[in-house]
Amino acid sequence: MDATLTGNQAAMAAARKPTGRLSDPIFVGLLWTSGIFVLILLGLIIAMLFEGGLPALREFGLSFIWSTTWNPVTEVFGAGVMVFGTVFSAVIAVIIALPLSFGIAFFLTEIAPQQLRRPIGVAIQLLAAIPSIIYGMWGFFVIVPLMAAYVQPPLIEWLGPIPVLGALFQGPPLGAGMLTAGLIMAIMILPFITAMFVEVLESVPPMIKESAYGVGATTYEVYRNVSVPYGRTAMVGAVMLGLGRALGETMAVTFVIGNATRMSVSLFAPGATIASTIANEFPEASNGSLKLQSLLELGFILFVISFIVLALSRLLVRSKLKG
Amino acid sequence: MSSLARRRATDYTVKVISTGFAALSLVLLAWILWTLVARGLPALGPHVFTKITAPPGAGGGLLNAIVGSLIQISVALVIGTPIGLMCGTFLAEHGKNTQIGNAVRFVNDVLLSAPSILIGLFVYQLMVVPIGGFSGWAGSFALAIIIIPVVVRTTEDMLNLVPIGLREAAFALGAPAWKVVTLVTWRAARAGIVTGILLAVARAAGETAPLLFTSLGNNGWSLDLGVPMASLPIAIYQYAASPFEDWVALAWAGALIITVGVLTLNILSRLVLAKMK
Repeated sequence: MDATLTGNQAAMAAARKPTGRLSDPIFVGLLWTSGIFVLILLGLIIAMLFEGGLPALREFGLSFIWSTTWNPVTEVFGAGVMVFGTVFSAVIAVIIALPLSFGIAFFLTEIAPQQLRRPIGVAIQLLAAIPSIIYGMWGFFVIVPLMAAYVQPPLIEWLGPIPVLGALFQGPPLGAGMLTAGLIMAIMILPFITAMFVEVLESVPPMIKESAYGVGATTYEVYRNVSVPYGRTAMVGAVMLGLGRALGETMAVTFVIGNATRMSVSLFAPGATIASTIANEFPEASNGSLKLQSLLELGFILFVISFIVLALSRLLVRSKLKG
Repeated sequence: MSSLARRRATDYTVKVISTGFAALSLVLLAWILWTLVARGLPALGPHVFTKITAPPGAGGGLLNAIVGSLIQISVALVIGTPIGLMCGTFLAEHGKNTQIGNAVRFVNDVLLSAPSILIGLFVYQLMVVPIGGFSGWAGSFALAIIIIPVVVRTTEDMLNLVPIGLREAAFALGAPAWKVVTLVTWRAARAGIVTGILLAVARAAGETAPLLFTSLGNNGWSLDLGVPMASLPIAIYQYAASPFEDWVALAWAGALIITVGVLTLNILSRLVLAKMK
């Protein structure tokens, strides 16, 4: 760089060098330290959760992961019910949120007038800003009574008697349960999925879309056959991000899932997720107890599941947006 | 029906449904906000801000919870902002297309969406168990871990918007790297970086799960970070699930306060960001 400087400037640069020579390594060192700190932080989280849950894993063996017994009285613990509940409720959330996101992304990129796109987009993003506990209260006081009175009884009556499929619609209409938890989480992850859908769809080169329009395709046909296939990889990543968020959702779920550590495939049965179980049972677990260790092991399992999903999501999203 | 008419009908139907979905999401937002206003506003009075939490029927408020939240968020900011700022700068200035940079970026993205309750469990293991008790420090540290990834992400994004020519001009004048970053690059991206910090505050303000096992909550008046400390989200959680009418009313008042605060911060930062981009 010095080679490009002449006369006065070179002299000035040379005069200033001593300050830079000492402070630059310190500053750059600080930058590197902060970067490494974030790396170490994640490693430390994984290590601490693993170490905390290790005694439970030793006690119950690997079958802890799928065993469906969770009995604080006899001190026999297994994660099966919670792992199932976590995945089940998160999948319900994604199934509900996905068509909505496809529709809203279509609306925001192709239908809405230009001036309305930003305000409506921001309003939908605000749904993501509302704290989880607010969703919990709203779900508990507003949605649960509505589900119990108007949604679940007719569903149980109409769909309950159907063989096989009817298993999803069994039990008393309590309002709380898997479906309600999935529904609330769907609203919570909707803004994340939609925002990424919109970002991907906006990166579709106009040329390809225009050539489809040129051969007479309708707006929907272009969306379905050109834009969505073009962004498919990143859109799958967006859905994975929504799934990852739903897997770890705590407060909203704790309010509306009913908190029962029993296995049931019914959408209306009260259940539990890993996160809701940790939030609920932690206050009753004393330090060093087998229960606490089991809760930490649950936390470790949740971390592994969400890490895989989030990592996959990020790889898919970045690969497409970069390329 | 001809094939063209059928395709047009499909197109029209999908457009109507999509518009309906967008309208539905706005209705949901309005519904949640309306519920908060309808139930929170009647419960909101001066007592909420002047009295501390009290047993049911004793006419308590949320003063200690609000103050506790403010203290813990402030401490979390003091811990988290420098680290987030430096790490974001590292990614923008030194971590482009390097393996270490990509690794840090990847880990940060995972932390950004990682279940917040696990941050709570982690800090419980890291601080509460060794120290032997719940504390405001532990709560603040948990919130700092929530704040860091948000600040890292926005700082990197904002620094990437600063024209490379600005840096080159400063280097050409012989400025050392630390001066270029602090006096030129940071200054050029100042508004965006501050926005990121505001967004991080908004995120931390509503977090409940990381505080459950760290600062725990406190029904008395305490400014001591070394003992359990009250916070608004924990007070709301405790009160909303209680069978007492006046506690539930207070929970709604607290929920309204938090949501108005968080949404205001969000809208403000989005306005700034929109101007920058």
